Amino acid sequence: MYEIVEKKVLSETVKLMKIKAPLVAKKAQAGQFIILRIDEKGERIPLTIADFDRKKGTITIIFMEVGKTTKQLGTLNVGDSLQNFAGPLGMPSEIEKYGTVACIGGGVGIAPLYPIVKALKEAGNHVVSILGARNEKLLLLEDEIESFSDEFYIATDDGSKGHKGFVSDVLQKQIDEKEKIDMVMAIGPVIMMKVVADLTKKYDIKTLVSLNPIMVDGTGMCGGCRVSVGGETKFACVDGPEFDGHKVDFENLMLRNRRFTKEEEKSCKLAGV
Amino acid sequence: MAVRKTKHEMPEQPPKERIKNFKEVPYGYSNETAIEEAKRCLQCKNKPCMDGCPVEIDIPGFIKCIAEGDFDKAAEIIKDKNSLPAVSGRVCPYESQCEGVCTVKKIGEPVAIGRLERFIADYEREKGVKPPKKPKSTGKNIAVVGSGPAGLTCAGDLAKMGHGVTVFEALHAPGGVLMYGIPEFRLPKKIVNSEVDYIKKLGVEVRYDMVVGKTITVDELFEEHDAVFIGTGAGLPRWLRIPGENLDGVYSANEFLTRVNMMGAYRFPEYDTPVKIGKIVATFGAGNVAMDCARTSLRLGAEKSYIIYRRSDVEMPARDEEIEHAREEGVIFKLLTNPVKFIGDDKGLLKQVECIKMKLGEPDDSGRRRPIPIPDSEETIEIDTALVAIGQSPNPLIPQTVKGLKMGKWGNIDADDGGRTSIPGLFAGGDIATGAATVILAMGAGKQAARAIDEYVKSKK
Repeated sequence: MYEIVEKKVLSETVKLMKIKAPLVAKKAQAGQFIILRIDEKGERIPLTIADFDRKKGTITIIFMEVGKTTKQLGTLNVGDSLQNFAGPLGMPSEIEKYGTVACIGGGVGIAPLYPIVKALKEAGNHVVSILGARNEKLLLLEDEIESFSDEFYIATDDGSKGHKGFVSDVLQKQIDEKEKIDMVMAIGPVIMMKVVADLTKKYDIKTLVSLNPIMVDGTGMCGGCRVSVGGETKFACVDGPEFDGHKVDFENLMLRNRRFTKEEEKSCKLAGV
Repeated sequence: MAVRKTKHEMPEQPPKERIKNFKEVPYGYSNETAIEEAKRCLQCKNKPCMDGCPVEIDIPGFIKCIAEGDFDKAAEIIKDKNSLPAVSGRVCPYESQCEGVCTVKKIGEPVAIGRLERFIADYEREKGVKPPKKPKSTGKNIAVVGSGPAGLTCAGDLAKMGHGVTVFEALHAPGGVLMYGIPEFRLPKKIVNSEVDYIKKLGVEVRYDMVVGKTITVDELFEEHDAVFIGTGAGLPRWLRIPGENLDGVYSANEFLTRVNMMGAYRFPEYDTPVKIGKIVATFGAGNVAMDCARTSLRLGAEKSYIIYRRSDVEMPARDEEIEHAREEGVIFKLLTNPVKFIGDDKGLLKQVECIKMKLGEPDDSGRRRPIPIPDSEETIEIDTALVAIGQSPNPLIPQTVKGLKMGKWGNIDADDGGRTSIPGLFAGGDIATGAATVILAMGAGKQAARAIDEYVKSKK
């Protein structure tokens, strides 16, 4: 069993939890994810690692309550335990000194961006962070990410904070103004990653995206998380979760992520969440 | 007295009933039938059946005990060699092993060795398994990676030799393919659990959520263990590699079966993991896994369940019993038929599969006649779900993370008959070494490796 040692409500639907999992914390690296199962009848869901503390043996997860499991998870409190917590899974981010990097996070995708921003800064990059959300209330980890960024921008759909518009607008401006952007890292809703990748492709800027398809085992066994990358079938759980954004078939990913929408609704309804 | 020419039937749930539930299909022998069947054994001197058994069970020995009504002794004889008899008594391909070479086969059907093994295993479990005697500890510790048939057998045998054994399982439940792959109606999960409990009673510790290669490395396992056995199986699904395979509605057999068996999707929404199959399901492939998929689909409510296979019925790799059960249940076999592409609607939902008719040509490397497409024989079949069950490759997670490990041609770990790899102290067996095979061969490999490991750790100071 894996104990919840800290819980924070970040917004109406977004929560942060620190989970005691010393073996996972010992190995965790930016870009990787975990799979958890709440109880005996629960499903296995992947969540990207938002932070880790090797000394305290904890993993931080930040999740939006969108389905049965995340809603149920949100009702748990400090002292409660999760039945299963496996990881760290997937390949770590490719952290190296690229030069100038733009780190783009959208919505709850800001959470997994944080350890990557930190690692890229520590590797000596000039980090330009661009965070986006529908409105100010849905922004996360602003101070944390800003503290590891050389430049920091915000975009909200309704203009309640920062630029009124999309993260891609801010990125476009950066591309126009800067001599060179060497790498772009984008994590967020599939549509956001697609728009960013489409933009950077025009300028031939290396772009990595972190994908979060539906998974079951997370160890390469079921292929439920398969994505088409440059015409090849890849498994996000073992080959990813990060892929070359210019090669990902985002349309297929969106389609596959809708596979169980009806079942999810039924499950939530019955559970009264 | 003349020997009865046919096996005693094992009573089963009638097909029309059983396709509405996930309960086990055969009920097993009664005491009386088991004794009668055991009396069919000639107790011949050359015992060909034993050569056909990968786990070396004293087959005539336990059958003799059954004939004499001494079921406890029969259980003892089986358990001496096989820690998982309730499993092998259900899923072994007897016809190509012990029963395939049985002397009685010369005059009729072989002795129903598999059914008798199952009878004894069930008798023992229902009676309450006697806690095994714990041998004197050798002070040696061995890590077993994976709790499937190879790992469990290896762990059980090592524990019986007095070694300390810890099993590292990546998932949340033990059993590997016994749990995620083989359906409840063929191998009830409570049986797998009780076999695992027996292994635990031998002193084996099982740790879950341990993804070796990620959570902990093989090098780290060596820090606290004298030897490491890898039995991580063939978990990597193979694809048809045809257009449309990523449409909504196409599953690997692994994903479909894992959802249903291990995650309990057949009890959704009581269990959280869903599965959806629609009305018409096509399973591609004709092995045991394919039969499991096709039969599971019927139980989930499919109106039509096809097996689509590019060769003919004689080449189907599944056990006779599985094929027969599938036929009885109404699975439709479309043989000599190969899928060409999957076709979806504008929302990306699977709607059809285009197939081409095949004919058999000259034998290929596998010795089976090679299927050749017949030009202009394309047909389109309406389907809601496609299950791809054309085989699995060895799981690459561990090989990727162990430096200097010699690999075979197909992504398998190169290991000898005792499971010895290119790294001293590192052993491997089951599907990870041989490529996808059977539960019993994996158990046999686990057994051989346990012996080699015992020899290895004793030779080390």
